[in-house]
Amino acid sequence: MSKLQRGINSFIEQIDGPIATFFTSCVHCGLCADACLFYTETQDPKYTPIHKLLPLRRIWQQEYTFWGKLMFRLGLSKPVTDAELAAWEPLVYDSCTLCGRCSLACPVGNDIVYMVRKMREGMVASGHAPEGLKGATQRAIGLGSPMGVNLNTVMTHIRNTEKETGLSVPLDKEGADYMMVLSSAEIAEYSEVFSAVTRIFHQAGVSWTMASDGFEGTNSGIQIGSSDLAAELLWRIVRAAERLKVKYVISPECGHAYTALRWEGPNLIGRPYNFQVIHITELLDQLRSEGRLRTEGLDETRMTFHDPCQMVRRGGVVEQPRNLLHMVAPNFVEMPDSGIQNWCCGGGGGVSANERAEPLRLKVFSRKKAQLDAIGVDTIVTACSNCRSMLLDGLEHNNMSVNVVGLTELIAEHLAPAAK
Amino acid sequence: MNPQELLYWVRGTGLQISAAIFVFGMIYRMLHLALLGRKKSLAAPRGSEWGPGLRTMWRRSLVMPELSANGRFTIITGYVFHFGFLITLFFLSQHIDLLRAVLGFGWPALPRSVIDIAAILSIAAMIALLVHRIIDPVKRLLSDFQDYLSWMVTFLPLLTGFMLLRGIGFGYITLLTLHLLSVELLLIVAPFTKLAHMFSLFSARWYNGAFAGFKGVKA
Ligand code: SF4
Ligand code: SF4
Repeated sequence: MSKLQRGINSFIEQIDGPIATFFTSCVHCGLCADACLFYTETQDPKYTPIHKLLPLRRIWQQEYTFWGKLMFRLGLSKPVTDAELAAWEPLVYDSCTLCGRCSLACPVGNDIVYMVRKMREGMVASGHAPEGLKGATQRAIGLGSPMGVNLNTVMTHIRNTEKETGLSVPLDKEGADYMMVLSSAEIAEYSEVFSAVTRIFHQAGVSWTMASDGFEGTNSGIQIGSSDLAAELLWRIVRAAERLKVKYVISPECGHAYTALRWEGPNLIGRPYNFQVIHITELLDQLRSEGRLRTEGLDETRMTFHDPCQMVRRGGVVEQPRNLLHMVAPNFVEMPDSGIQNWCCGGGGGVSANERAEPLRLKVFSRKKAQLDAIGVDTIVTACSNCRSMLLDGLEHNNMSVNVVGLTELIAEHLAPAAK
Repeated sequence: MNPQELLYWVRGTGLQISAAIFVFGMIYRMLHLALLGRKKSLAAPRGSEWGPGLRTMWRRSLVMPELSANGRFTIITGYVFHFGFLITLFFLSQHIDLLRAVLGFGWPALPRSVIDIAAILSIAAMIALLVHRIIDPVKRLLSDFQDYLSWMVTFLPLLTGFMLLRGIGFGYITLLTLHLLSVELLLIVAPFTKLAHMFSLFSARWYNGAFAGFKGVKA
């Protein structure tokens, strides 16, 4: 079977009730364009969200509607070709961060990002995924991490953390309540998170562990759109968690890791988990409300919070980061459109791993810049290490001097001293 | 067939056939969509699906914040067209009489002057939307044959209906025949084009709200 045929079969397989309903309902009003930063910042109509799905739409017409089928069989409707999919690859990957903002805007209620995610399954199957993302996925499958970090890297951080804090970092501790998973970027670039969680959990008396065979939550399989690869990556965490008999797996400050672990995971592996998944921000807020997380001192700088799309709009963790910020940041201000309607950093959905997309990503950062210019802050706090890297990159590109901080680290910096 | 006989056929058999195509066509399409179904998520829900699903069915009718000039134009003109169309469809006394004959019950009609205004606004909005579809780069890119076909079969009943009420252009019998024929064309075409959104949009919104509700996202 040709790759194209495999791709088309996969498209046909992906079309379910919701997708057919969405295509049936689309009135081509164009309103979704205004919701998408790739359109608003370029004014190029090809970035209209629903347009990114055109080949999938034709497959739906040709396979799932009476007239479409008839026209197709009579040769009056042109088949989806390899060249067409190649032309659509940059639209489906480079110009979509799976942020889901379009899904809130469509007047007929189409969940457009649900369709983009599914369309990517067919794109990978047909061989039309960006090289950068393919590379990241191969590294994740082969080496264990898209950024090439491994257990040695983790062990080094653990030893350093133990030296720095004087506390032990539990590894492979059976029967712990919580298993902490980190993102690739945290292990590779933001290793402060090790000591941050170690100190917070120590103060709060959380029974936790890390796993030597399931320490990384970043899931390139979800971003490239391959359920098989996504499942393979996810199994590492599931096996580790079930081996260690933990009650909870903590999803790191990484948006797509949260989507992968929390929402797609059980569907990928084909059964419910034997544990629950909780976002680190959710857990910290829970500890706060139980009085187990105590901070001291305030950070007087003018701060704002960048809502990671997968955690907030697509994940429902909205109030928790704000509750935590209010503990330490008296000069906290919201950006325009904050919360559910926030604008993406520009690098979600695998865009950050796709070098080809970089110029476009930096161009559409103008939306984030405008949001920031409107409030004039010194510090942006966020709760996704990918957003964090993308923000740093965009700020530098625009010569803006704003600090970017991870929420967990910010809280750890203000831990009450008794427990430090 | 003389004009009298034609009208007789059009308002009798013709209307019955097209109404049947509309009803069964729509039932077929909606059933098809429902039967395609979806896999139930195995993830642990944070919230419920039904409440948010039902809420979204209604709340997506409300205007969205932060739109460009093009977006605002589409929303406002779209509203004017839909309201004008529905008012003339359901509150013109002749239409209510016909519906009463079919349904067995009726409701009070709106005064003719109100219907006139609604029809004129709706016709104007449709023309404006067509022009916008052609000149706005986003809509032009998205549009295909179906979009123009749907426009045409929706516009003709409005136009002929208005001419009939005002006695413009042709005699009564000719206008009534044309109006009925255009309505029948609309009934036949609707189930098989994007006009099916008149029903499917409710399940699209339900899915959208339910997906968000399941995750506990308060949209
Ligand atoms: S906003 Fe919705 S109905 Fe309008 S073009 Fe986009 S997907 Fe279609
Ligand atoms: S999910 Fe976000 S980036 Fe993708 S099409 Fe929708 S609005 Fe644009």
